[in-house]
Amino acid sequence: MASKIGVYFDQQNIGGGIDANALVAIVQQKWGGLAPVVKAYPVLADAVADIEADIQANELDGVLICGGSPRSDWEIYQFGSVQVERVNLLEQVVHAIADAEMRMQVAVDYVNMGVVKLQKSNVPDSAAIETVKRVLVVGGGWTGLNAALEAARTGYEVVLVEKAKTLGGKAVNMPRTSPLSAPWTELSDCGLEGKIAAVQADKLITVYTGSTIAKVSGQPGDFTVSITTPSGAVEVKIGAAVLATGWVPLADKYLECMGLGKSDKVTHMGAFAAKMLSGQVNAKRIAFVLDTTMAEEFAAAQAAEAPAEAEAAPAPGKQAEEELETPKFVKEDLECLRHLRYSNAVNSVAAVRMANLYCEKMDDAAQVFILYKDMTIPGILERFYKNMQNRLGIMMTKADVTDIRENGDHMTVECKNTLLGMDFDLDVDMVVLPTGIVPTTAKEAVMQFDYRQGPDFPDLGLFDGFTDSNYICFPYETRRTGVYAAGCVRQPMTMDQCQEDASGAVLKAIQCIEAADHGVAVHPRSGDTSYPVFNFVRCTQCKRCTEECPFGALDDDEKGTPKPNPARCRRCGTCFGACPERVISFANYNIDQIGSMIREVEVPKDFRTFGPRILILACENDAYPAMDMAAMRNKPWSPYVRIIPVRCLGSVNAIWVSDAMSKGFDGVMLMGCKYGDDYQCHFVKGSEICNRRKENIAETLNRLGVEPERVEQFELAIDEYDKVPGMIDAFVEHIMRMGPNPFKGM
Amino acid sequence: MSNAILVVGGGFSGLTAAIEAAELGHDVYIVEKTPYLGGRVAQLNKYFPKLCPPSCGLEIQFQRIRKNPRIKFFTQAQLVELNGCKGNYSAKVRIAPRYVVPHSVDFSLLASSLEGEKDNEFELGLAKSKPLYRSMPFAFPGRYVLAPEALTAADKARLVGNKFINLAEEAKTIELSVGAVIVATGWKPYDVTNLTNLGAGSVKNCISNMQLERLASPFGPTNGKIVRPTDGRAPQNIAFVQCAGSRDQNHLNFCSYICCMATLKQCCYIAEQYPDARITVYYIDLRAPGRFVKVLDKVKAMPNVTFVKGKVADARQAAGDNVEIQVEDAVRGEKLTLTHDLVVLATGMQPTLATEKLPVKLPLDEDGFVAGGEEAGIFAAGCARMPLDVMRSAQSGTAAALKAVQTVKGR
Repeated sequence: MASKIGVYFDQQNIGGGIDANALVAIVQQKWGGLAPVVKAYPVLADAVADIEADIQANELDGVLICGGSPRSDWEIYQFGSVQVERVNLLEQVVHAIADAEMRMQVAVDYVNMGVVKLQKSNVPDSAAIETVKRVLVVGGGWTGLNAALEAARTGYEVVLVEKAKTLGGKAVNMPRTSPLSAPWTELSDCGLEGKIAAVQADKLITVYTGSTIAKVSGQPGDFTVSITTPSGAVEVKIGAAVLATGWVPLADKYLECMGLGKSDKVTHMGAFAAKMLSGQVNAKRIAFVLDTTMAEEFAAAQAAEAPAEAEAAPAPGKQAEEELETPKFVKEDLECLRHLRYSNAVNSVAAVRMANLYCEKMDDAAQVFILYKDMTIPGILERFYKNMQNRLGIMMTKADVTDIRENGDHMTVECKNTLLGMDFDLDVDMVVLPTGIVPTTAKEAVMQFDYRQGPDFPDLGLFDGFTDSNYICFPYETRRTGVYAAGCVRQPMTMDQCQEDASGAVLKAIQCIEAADHGVAVHPRSGDTSYPVFNFVRCTQCKRCTEECPFGALDDDEKGTPKPNPARCRRCGTCFGACPERVISFANYNIDQIGSMIREVEVPKDFRTFGPRILILACENDAYPAMDMAAMRNKPWSPYVRIIPVRCLGSVNAIWVSDAMSKGFDGVMLMGCKYGDDYQCHFVKGSEICNRRKENIAETLNRLGVEPERVEQFELAIDEYDKVPGMIDAFVEHIMRMGPNPFKGM
Repeated sequence: MSNAILVVGGGFSGLTAAIEAAELGHDVYIVEKTPYLGGRVAQLNKYFPKLCPPSCGLEIQFQRIRKNPRIKFFTQAQLVELNGCKGNYSAKVRIAPRYVVPHSVDFSLLASSLEGEKDNEFELGLAKSKPLYRSMPFAFPGRYVLAPEALTAADKARLVGNKFINLAEEAKTIELSVGAVIVATGWKPYDVTNLTNLGAGSVKNCISNMQLERLASPFGPTNGKIVRPTDGRAPQNIAFVQCAGSRDQNHLNFCSYICCMATLKQCCYIAEQYPDARITVYYIDLRAPGRFVKVLDKVKAMPNVTFVKGKVADARQAAGDNVEIQVEDAVRGEKLTLTHDLVVLATGMQPTLATEKLPVKLPLDEDGFVAGGEEAGIFAAGCARMPLDVMRSAQSGTAAALKAVQTVKGR
């Protein structure tokens, strides 16, 4: 609670548009002792020493900087432990409000809101916990081995859990792999045995083979993992985890129409690699068929024949399940034909690699054909591709493979639209089809989280079971803080990529441990010291917070009282947005604070003469910068709106809407990120949840006797700034047509 | 001995590497050549496959920088000397003058009142800029930059006495002590003037894919309207020429990884603005690795997009400022001569270090990619190492951060 606030105006930034000296007088008069220092400077950036002196002399515990957007000059206005808040008078007033007379009113509101915001803001207590500096690596294949070694090399202990009896995973069939380093032209010896030996010899690494994860509970820095080992259950403490459980091959049935599983002369890449290695292949002529259109068309035809079969009678037992308090978790099998197509690059690389290895093994007495639709070897591995084409026995062509049939002691592959200027039938001894990489997380809940929201990662269906990030910019984000996926469980990858990916995931894992150790948030609010505090006295065990947290940060007890895990929390505030009882708050961001800011706006009683007032709750990550941009590009908007940035629309609580309505606001705009499958919300679900909550809000409004149409949510991407003024002005017009809020002036 | 890390290049992989290392508790210095952070991605309109705006992720990166006192960055800065050895480097960095005060000043009115003009590197030749400018609205830092050489005499007179501008500012050199170096110098679009058979940049309405990004960008020279540069008309018959320089031993002896996906993305831009426009993509292989095949399927299903497997051999000017191209359809074996009203060359990415020297002893391969250096505590990240898309650049930056941390840890 800031109780002595210094308020400073930057005339250089606002001078042309607002009378800073008049603002000083207004603030002094209104806030008196709460704001013992109120000053305007011609160039505030030059007055930092003065501010520091004021802090000393007046024991200020809050500083309010009124000038440009908080997105600029942040490094100039830092005063140690004194809380600093910024009021955006340049973009949101001088630029955004065209009417010079209205500007002053808008500015006064924003400054008053800023004062109250500081007044209701505390410096958070430390959320630091004692952490375990140990990384769990799940999966002892190529990626897992690399991850374990990298973590150990960084000085962290490692627990490596591998399901199989031996380490190495799928890499045991790939001793000579695609290139792992420059010049990216030659087959590489991957040195798997050396890696395994290094892992086994490393004092920091403990290995459990033949073992699986039975349970993960706790939070980053302080997880407890139960491991089922051949010699019984083991419990270990870990700080964070790298998920490197890799993949399983797509079931043969998906490629049955191409002969897989029907003929012993048809196999797939993965199986071929193993057979070749153990000397079981002696074919003279082999066709690698990368074009899988046949299988796709077959599946499409089948799907067309049996429409909507899945929608038939409800699954037996479903009703019984619904009656149970907590339905038993059933893993949905996400394996599908799409996994084959997603594996196109890995299979293209594998085909040229294995064609070479085979020709080499047969002393060039074999003929290998590679039939492809698009040779998908992107990037630097093009050099490898070119080099591998040079071997005499390899013939490659684009071809539409339209039929594969057994023909006596050989196979016939029908090829059309080739680069040879003709269609032809190719007779070979063996056909090798691509291997579909099915991530293990498509098949099972590998981590077995002992979480309120269930044992699995949520929304895996979005990526057909790959535990991948939906953020192009942030590849390691999962919705379970402290667990970072790497390798083929995340995306189909070649071995060089897996190796790099392992390093990246290890960095994120140890970073998460250190963040917990310091009590700060990880991505995207990295370094944030605030965390949700629960006032359980008021909790009614409604469970909304535990259900809605996008990151599953909250567990609960038998009664449904939430059990916070601050180190799992990303500080978005979705929990307090969900809470009808104001149980949850952050020291520097809470229901009362935003509510007080709303109440601080001067709402005129006379709607017709002085216009409506509309509250905009705007996502600070995307909508707010978009508004800055709009203003900067001279696209002003209605002077009747007042903007309050929120951490995420997920944190918007219905109470704020009723606060606004009771205050006399005529409408509320909720501006947040795009949601849906390609969501842009940095907290995954915030804007979507806000939209779902609109029902509650409508209910609240109906109860108050206010039309629900006064509240609307808008999706706004950060680059859609040119839409901002239109969006605002259209809503203002909509409210003008509706007339005043019936509560106005009451 | 120092446990700080120097990151050369403030593009996406450099930013990622720097922020990830700093959030692990290390002091990090970013040295960026341009006046802003974000590098190439800042010039893009959208990312594939989500078609989301790059500024969305950049804004988060900038927030992370604002909140983290361990990150220091220098724009308009270049590494001029690196001495020492792994764990103990001394880096000399030259910072060019910005000629404006070190805090935000709204120069918009003053800037628009100036007469002078300069080349606008950010807009890749599609626009000019004022001598006092901000490369883009999202520029970070958002401070203006002054290019005194572009000022007219009248402009200079106008600036005299402005207390926020210092024309006498000089370049300065600082020295940083670091234990490891991350080289994230990125890439540049392959210079089309090398592509003599494709008109060497002299054919009108034959633009590069990066230029199309600028045309499609809401803050680009046309405010997002994709038009022919010569007459501002909406194109109706567009061609994409894949592998313009890539997969060609006379130019770039590798595949540039992103151009197929970029073209598919740009087909979406065009189809959105001009649903009736015809688009033809001439390609060698359509490389949509992994889950990106979904984008390929989506674009293949568009009624007005045609794919022709064949390499374009020639591009020349035709009547009406159209472009005539010659291509051999590899499947049908036919030689085709076709005219388009806009041709987009899917130019590849050339590593920056192919043409610009870095004062660091670092092995490069024949194309200019970094091929080693780890034993000296120097780690390449992103497209300095190999052609990558944004997600893989972030992955690469994160991995490089770990290597650098391992190098300096405990020192």
